[in-house]
Amino acid sequence: MLRAISAAAALIVVGCGVALAAVHGEHPEEYPFSFESPVGSYDMAAVQRGFQVYQQVCSSCHSMDHLAYRHLGEEGGPFSLYIVRNHETGEPEPHVGRPEHGGTFVEVTENPYVRAIAAGVTIVDIDPNSGQPADRPGRISDHFRRPFPNAIAAAASNGGAAPPDLSVMTSARHGGARYVRSLLMGYDGQVNGTLHHNPYFPGGWLAMAPPLVDGVVPYSDPETPQTVDQYATDVATFLQWSADPHMEQRKRLGVVVLAFLAVLAGLLYLAYKQVWRNESH
Amino acid sequence: MSGPSTYEPKSGITRWLDRRLPIIRLAHDSFVAYPTPRNLNYWWTFGAMLSFCLIVQIVTGIVLAMHYTPHVTMAFASVQRLERDVPFGWLIQNIHAVGASMFFLAVYIHMFRGLYYGSYKAPRELLWILGCVIYLLMVATGFLGYTLPWGQMSFWGATVITNLLGALPLIGESIKNWLMGGFSVDQPTINRFFSLHYLLPFVIAGVVGLHVWALHEAGQNNPVGVDVKSKADTVPFTPHATIKDLFATTLFVILFAVFVFYMPDALGHADNFIPADPLKTPPEIVPEWYLLPFYAILRAFDFNIGPIDSKLAGVLAMFAAIGVLFVLPWLDTSRVRSMRYRPIARQFFVIFAVVCFALGWCGGQNPGNILLKAGPFSATLTWVEGGQVAERPIQADGAANWQDAANAAEAQARADGASMTAVTRTGAATGILRSVTGGSAQTRTVEGETTDYLETHITEVKEEVGQAAPFYNVERRVPPAFTVTNFSQVLTLYYFLFFLVILPILGLRERPERVPDTIAKPVTGGKAQGAS
Repeated sequence: MLRAISAAAALIVVGCGVALAAVHGEHPEEYPFSFESPVGSYDMAAVQRGFQVYQQVCSSCHSMDHLAYRHLGEEGGPFSLYIVRNHETGEPEPHVGRPEHGGTFVEVTENPYVRAIAAGVTIVDIDPNSGQPADRPGRISDHFRRPFPNAIAAAASNGGAAPPDLSVMTSARHGGARYVRSLLMGYDGQVNGTLHHNPYFPGGWLAMAPPLVDGVVPYSDPETPQTVDQYATDVATFLQWSADPHMEQRKRLGVVVLAFLAVLAGLLYLAYKQVWRNESH
Repeated sequence: MSGPSTYEPKSGITRWLDRRLPIIRLAHDSFVAYPTPRNLNYWWTFGAMLSFCLIVQIVTGIVLAMHYTPHVTMAFASVQRLERDVPFGWLIQNIHAVGASMFFLAVYIHMFRGLYYGSYKAPRELLWILGCVIYLLMVATGFLGYTLPWGQMSFWGATVITNLLGALPLIGESIKNWLMGGFSVDQPTINRFFSLHYLLPFVIAGVVGLHVWALHEAGQNNPVGVDVKSKADTVPFTPHATIKDLFATTLFVILFAVFVFYMPDALGHADNFIPADPLKTPPEIVPEWYLLPFYAILRAFDFNIGPIDSKLAGVLAMFAAIGVLFVLPWLDTSRVRSMRYRPIARQFFVIFAVVCFALGWCGGQNPGNILLKAGPFSATLTWVEGGQVAERPIQADGAANWQDAANAAEAQARADGASMTAVTRTGAATGILRSVTGGSAQTRTVEGETTDYLETHITEVKEEVGQAAPFYNVERRVPPAFTVTNFSQVLTLYYFLFFLVILPILGLRERPERVPDTIAKPVTGGKAQGAS
């Protein structure tokens, strides 16, 4: 509504000749993300690769406080596990990600991939016997490990600017996933002290050094190129999933709700016509 | 209007109940037998939608409150947890957030309908005023609710609005501190905002009860604006109005669902996904779309009016913009209700509607943005090439006398034959005067469409000249410009003129078109209404 109102008003004003100062960064590059259309879903392979990029690169500075490891394996998550029946042999076999049709969802507590991901992380906890801080392997109920114990430590290690939490990053920036992708690909090499130039960043200079280089994250899939562009696309897809993990369910339910409402509206219209058939109005 | 009750209890139980608590009779008289004008158009279906919105907001809100934590460090996370982990929490949260916008969309259409068809005129003044009270309560509830997720826009919106109230004379500071629960927006603020946000919808529900009561006492207005005169003018509320309201409300719910399921965040601001940080002011602080017109009125006052400073003037104007609605029944002097028969008023009304949209647009813009300007930004650079450069220190006795000392030194240098001078201040009372003697004076004028381009061009000239010039004298000129603030000022002026001048005078001077004698006449073409 706001957009519609603004657009209508803007049209009036544009006629008078508008000249607005450019304080925002450059417009993010267009990219056909699979989740953008009203029926689009996530490319779960990209979300999985994006999680790998986050784990191996981003997570050394950026927290994702609102995500727990179990979220990765819940329905709609990138490592959700289903048991499907093989078409040829008829044998049940595991399938990562929601299958095209059928399949039985495996509870995340029984999901070996998510357990392995969580166990691979070291969490600082309080030892239940001594009460002293102690390291332990992660559990699926743990939230994503924080790179710094607190915001002051995060700021102190990063030239005074704490790296922002990435849980809802694509919702928190104009341009969403496209902005994240463009920013990660957009460094032009200019450096000024500790600041790096990036045309997509509002103001142009940001403290984050270019985080990605070709080949820095080894993908197990030989088909996927290990380039900055691919990493940026994948991690942007992962962050979109993490900001909006129920998107697929939301869109599926939306179709049902709208279909129901359309039929209801049709029936009510007929009933309305019937009730008013002998009334002038 | 409702006339004597036509309800007849049919069974023993209903007869028993009717003697003791005639609640079925009340419902029957109010929502079944209640006579509604037969010529109501779809603009009269928004009351049903608004009732629907209020119920939806209260029901989803009660569920949200079960999961929400009103705490400065936990509120944001509790909303995230609700959206991620509570079954269908994302749906409930989306419905509540989108529902606020849909509520305001419907209420604005409802209000514009009342304005156009003169639904505020006798005998419906109190009905209209109760509606204004509901709207005012909605604004307060919407503002309080927007604060609760404790994002950046929540926090800074709360800070801006509570500080505005501080501008009121005498009581302002007390109100501000009372609302904040301290001297800044903090933990006490979020606690009381949560409490009030939970309370006000029930107050709204109570006033809605009065609004409906007053409506059923005075009867509905209608598009021709003439009173109901006989049974031929009306149809029973059920099924005629009920089914039409249900159909229209379903269309409204379809729009609602499109937002909830396909663009839940389109109506919000991205900054509210950043947790509140009292140390970081966002680049732009804007309210939700439905408050933008009032925000534009607030910011239109960038000048003092006599003893009233600009901030207080803005706050007063913002409240007056809603306050003027309360006295509207006595401002509009026309005896004709419906603008359908007021050709001149209708044109002013259309302009008024456009002005409201334009104010909304202005509220979302940076107030300094230039909409129209007389020419480009320009600057004249002056420098001397090939002259003799001299430097000498300036020492003033005290910072207060710095400017005098600098001027004196410059005048001295000029008297000694310098063609150009430049002063650089190095301390409170110290500086360096650089002067050039001899050489050839050069000037160049550059232009740019924006100040950014102008600065780029200035830098280009400086790079081109390079070392040949010891320093530059740059004189920047801003063209006469029409900014968003100026535009808001014009729009604000019309907003108030419409209510305070146009409607009172027009009502006395305008010659309305012929108004039909009865409601039934135009819709039945004068023929008697057949058995229906």
